[in-house]
Amino acid sequence: MNNERPDPDELLARVERDNAKAKRGRLKIFFGAAAGVGKSYAMLLAARERRAENLDVVVGLVETHGRKDTEALLEGLEILPTRKINYKGTLLHEFDIDAALKRRPSIILVDELAHTNAPGCRHPKRWQDIHELLEAGIDVYTALNVQHLESLNDDIGQISGIRVWETLPDTVYEDADEIELVDLPPDELLIRLKEGKIYLPQQAQEAINHFFRKGNLIALRELALRQTANRVDAQMLDYREDHAIREVWQVSERIMICIGPNFLAERLVRAGKRLAASLRAEWIVAYVETPQLQRLSAEKRDAVLRVLRTAEQLGAETVTLSSPEMSAAIVDFSRERNVTKIVMGKPSRRGWKRWLLGSLVDKVIDEAHNINVYLLGSSQSESKAQQASIFNRQPLPGLKNRLVKKRHLDFVWATLVIALCTLLAETMFGKFELANLVMVYLLGVVFVATRFGRGPSILASILGVAALDFFFVTPYFTFSVSHSQYLVTLAAMLVVAMIISNLMANVRSQAKVAAHRERRAAVLYAMSKELSVSQSEEDVVQIAVRHLHSEFSSPNVILFANSNGRVIYPAHKAIAESLLGADLSVAQWVFDHNEMAGHGTNTLPGTPAIYFPIHNEDKVLGVLALQPVNLRRVFLPEQQKLLETFLRQIGQAVTRLRFAEQAKLTHLQIEAERLRNSLLSAISHDLRTPLSTIIGSASALTEDEGHLQPQDKLDLSRAIVDEAERMSNLVNNILDMARLDAGVVQLKKEWHPLDEIIGTVLTRLQKHLTGRPVKVKLPPGIPMVFADAVLIEQVLINLLENALRYTPPASELEITAETSPSSVEISVIDHGPGIPKGLEDQLFEKFYQARHEAAQSGVGLGLAICRAIVEVHGGHIYAYNAANGGAVFTFVLPVDQPAPVMESEE
Amino acid sequence: MAKIDPVIIVIEDDPPIRRFLRTSLSTQGFTVFEADTGKQGIIEASIRKPDLVILDLGLPDMDGVDVIKAIRAWSELPIIILSARSGEQQKIDALDAGADDYLTKPFGFGELLARIRVALRHAIKPSEQMQGEVFVTANLKVDLHNRLVSVDEQEIHLTPIQYRLLTVLIKHAGKVLTQQKILKEVWGPSYQENAHYLRIYMSQLRQKLEADPTQPKFLLTESGVGYRLKV
Repeated sequence: MNNERPDPDELLARVERDNAKAKRGRLKIFFGAAAGVGKSYAMLLAARERRAENLDVVVGLVETHGRKDTEALLEGLEILPTRKINYKGTLLHEFDIDAALKRRPSIILVDELAHTNAPGCRHPKRWQDIHELLEAGIDVYTALNVQHLESLNDDIGQISGIRVWETLPDTVYEDADEIELVDLPPDELLIRLKEGKIYLPQQAQEAINHFFRKGNLIALRELALRQTANRVDAQMLDYREDHAIREVWQVSERIMICIGPNFLAERLVRAGKRLAASLRAEWIVAYVETPQLQRLSAEKRDAVLRVLRTAEQLGAETVTLSSPEMSAAIVDFSRERNVTKIVMGKPSRRGWKRWLLGSLVDKVIDEAHNINVYLLGSSQSESKAQQASIFNRQPLPGLKNRLVKKRHLDFVWATLVIALCTLLAETMFGKFELANLVMVYLLGVVFVATRFGRGPSILASILGVAALDFFFVTPYFTFSVSHSQYLVTLAAMLVVAMIISNLMANVRSQAKVAAHRERRAAVLYAMSKELSVSQSEEDVVQIAVRHLHSEFSSPNVILFANSNGRVIYPAHKAIAESLLGADLSVAQWVFDHNEMAGHGTNTLPGTPAIYFPIHNEDKVLGVLALQPVNLRRVFLPEQQKLLETFLRQIGQAVTRLRFAEQAKLTHLQIEAERLRNSLLSAISHDLRTPLSTIIGSASALTEDEGHLQPQDKLDLSRAIVDEAERMSNLVNNILDMARLDAGVVQLKKEWHPLDEIIGTVLTRLQKHLTGRPVKVKLPPGIPMVFADAVLIEQVLINLLENALRYTPPASELEITAETSPSSVEISVIDHGPGIPKGLEDQLFEKFYQARHEAAQSGVGLGLAICRAIVEVHGGHIYAYNAANGGAVFTFVLPVDQPAPVMESEE
Repeated sequence: MAKIDPVIIVIEDDPPIRRFLRTSLSTQGFTVFEADTGKQGIIEASIRKPDLVILDLGLPDMDGVDVIKAIRAWSELPIIILSARSGEQQKIDALDAGADDYLTKPFGFGELLARIRVALRHAIKPSEQMQGEVFVTANLKVDLHNRLVSVDEQEIHLTPIQYRLLTVLIKHAGKVLTQQKILKEVWGPSYQENAHYLRIYMSQLRQKLEADPTQPKFLLTESGVGYRLKV
């Protein structure tokens, strides 16, 4: 009985994997040992079968190499046109990824998975094109020869003597949904070759002599078969896991590959990959950067970075550890991550050097008790290759000279310091014990060690011992020593001086590293501090661009997508640090795929800038385009980590702002909803009341059968007119408020004489003002106001109507104005009951009515409109009760430009 | 000679408003023809020999301003436009294109009738108030020949520009004049941007001619559009 249940986490991971796979297209690889085994043929046959099943099959690119039977199979299949690229005078036919994505078939055939694209294509490698097709949900059929697999590269090089340059990361092969092995025994393959079915005759002969030697073919076939068998094995394991068949993998293995800046690095990575694959283990490729290694030439550091990248492509996790002590860093990290096996290169120090100075390997073996350490040797031929290896290239001559000169100077200084010590010792000699003289020299060594580093301080130690011996130890002025006790003194002094040199040098380098880290932390802190108080995306962009520029000294720009998901240049102004002319199509690709692209990456490496996605947990928010002045400043591991942190910070800041915006919007929506509700209830009441009067009166008139007296008819008609006017006012008010609220009101601010505005208002209100004395008090001359006259008239009309509504008939109204150089103050004063206490501010709220039960109708928008108009003018409005009773409504308009001056005619 | 009923053409696409205009204008002794599109309106205006056109600016087929221009191509007959509220620019455009007056919807019939009478009177005789070379309205008297302005028989001294402004208003008495038009006639075409000049001179005129400048009797402001000398 099987009572072991599958691990829930494992199951979850499987479900997620299946989901991701379901959305992705399926990749089927026709896998063979060598060219000519019939991969393309098999692929086309399969395609024709799918076609017969009525599936949408399209040929993206198939290389027939002029083979007749293969070409025959192409017939009747839809073939996408290739993209023609002129490369150095040769017309190359490349697979057209954009055409394929646009065509969107359900299955597409793209031959030669390991192909390297011509410069100018989107991706440098075809497998990246295919990856994109799969991401787009298109199934892909493709073909691959075993010799192109990255991890087998070394083996195949050794077997065939031919180095294959077009390699495919193993992960692509491993992630394929289906592998179909196309197998042909070597003898048959050779016959086909000789028949000219694979290459043209003279090419064929060359091929037989080189790659297609029978021994080679057998070996390749074995590799292909084994590779396929491994995969079947892996599928079997998956199956067993699915069905809760627990077995051997109780302890998961974790392998750590330690690489250094030397020619072994690449081989170590490949070997590690194979080991990891065979053990089905996780693997980590680590590079320890000690202070010395930080001083390496740029080329060497770049080479290490490239190896780390390769490792990532092969499926490894990569880390760069920063520590002064290599072995300690390796052992600590491996403990931390429960590494079970360490793979390193064989020690480079041999013989006595290894014995005297120790070797990294020995230290690691000593310290890592329960971890197996594997060593990889280098063959004789590789030692020669080492000469050509990129790691051994000389740094630029100028740079080296400068460095060397500086070093020389340090050694001169060391010598000088010891000479000085000797002079000092000379003055002390005879008065002090020899031990005190030793102290003087040690002091000198400490000084040299702190100032000039390890080399000069070692020189100082040796020189110091020699000087002491020469000048102050009997017999004087010789290096010979008369007493054996002095020998002990000298030896002890040498040892102490050396140790001091070493310690001080370490302290120095650690201080340097610490200072470096501190600076980075400070940079990050500075940016996050600024970002945390940013108010808008524009702020975020400017802060980020500035800090990125100061850290990476590269012009850069942050791009966001518009509402259609298209990445666009920001509307706000560029600052000095901004990158102008970023390629928006690349940015769009990055935005859509959430992957970096551009210079130094695998996607569109031809563009001058690098494009990084900025994202939060859920989605891509924008794209950073950075045009590096120096690639290394961006791709060094610590710099890249820093950049990632920057991007995360920017992403968080943008997310925060968007959330805040969302919250504000929601709040506004709620407010709008509330208003709409009160508007509806107010309107429904205030529209219905006049409507009932109108309909009632009108129907009385139309249905009259001669009973109505002329006076009655007149009364009814007047009621209709009055109520209709009331409704008209109401509708006008609502429309005005809506327009003001929507912000569509365009102010036409001009200079207007106040008396003209008041005159217009009084003329318009003439009918309502009959029997109402209106007193106007204006300053002398022609006081002017800078405003939109139509709107300000509306304010006055509303204020006067309000006064008319709430004051007794025939009571007096007053309009007064006062001007100052900076403002105009206009008041409407009535002699009514005044404003109920405490309601002075509420009056200006929408839908507020002083007396709800009042017969006087109105939605309560009049004063709200006044406030809105005054506020768009930059002024304010308020109400209060005058000392002698009655209400005063005052609005103040700012005067922000000098009144026009008219030259007098008189 | 028998008095012939004045002919009015109503160009308006809204049937209830057309009905209201037809019914009420007919009872006032006008002969009314209707058109519901701009094109139809132009045709009616050309064949009916109308005395006045009432034109709604919001027509379905063409811009009201273009209708005015089309009619003005051959006729100086008075045109009164009907426009929506807060369409100041629309009114200005129509007036500049040659319309004589405007009414903002909704409007009362009395108001419409008054405007029609003014326009018709104006069309028959440039200004009824002109008695020879003398213009009279309310308590204002302007002797254009001798350049004498008096209010309540009291002579008023005006500056040259004030006087010129007054004569332009008198020339178009009763009609709405846009600010641009006045500026052009008084100051010349290069002063189009200086509307505040005009406003200040209007203020000065009111202070000299009106009893209470804040309750003007004849120098009226058409808010956001221009001025009118009431007759």
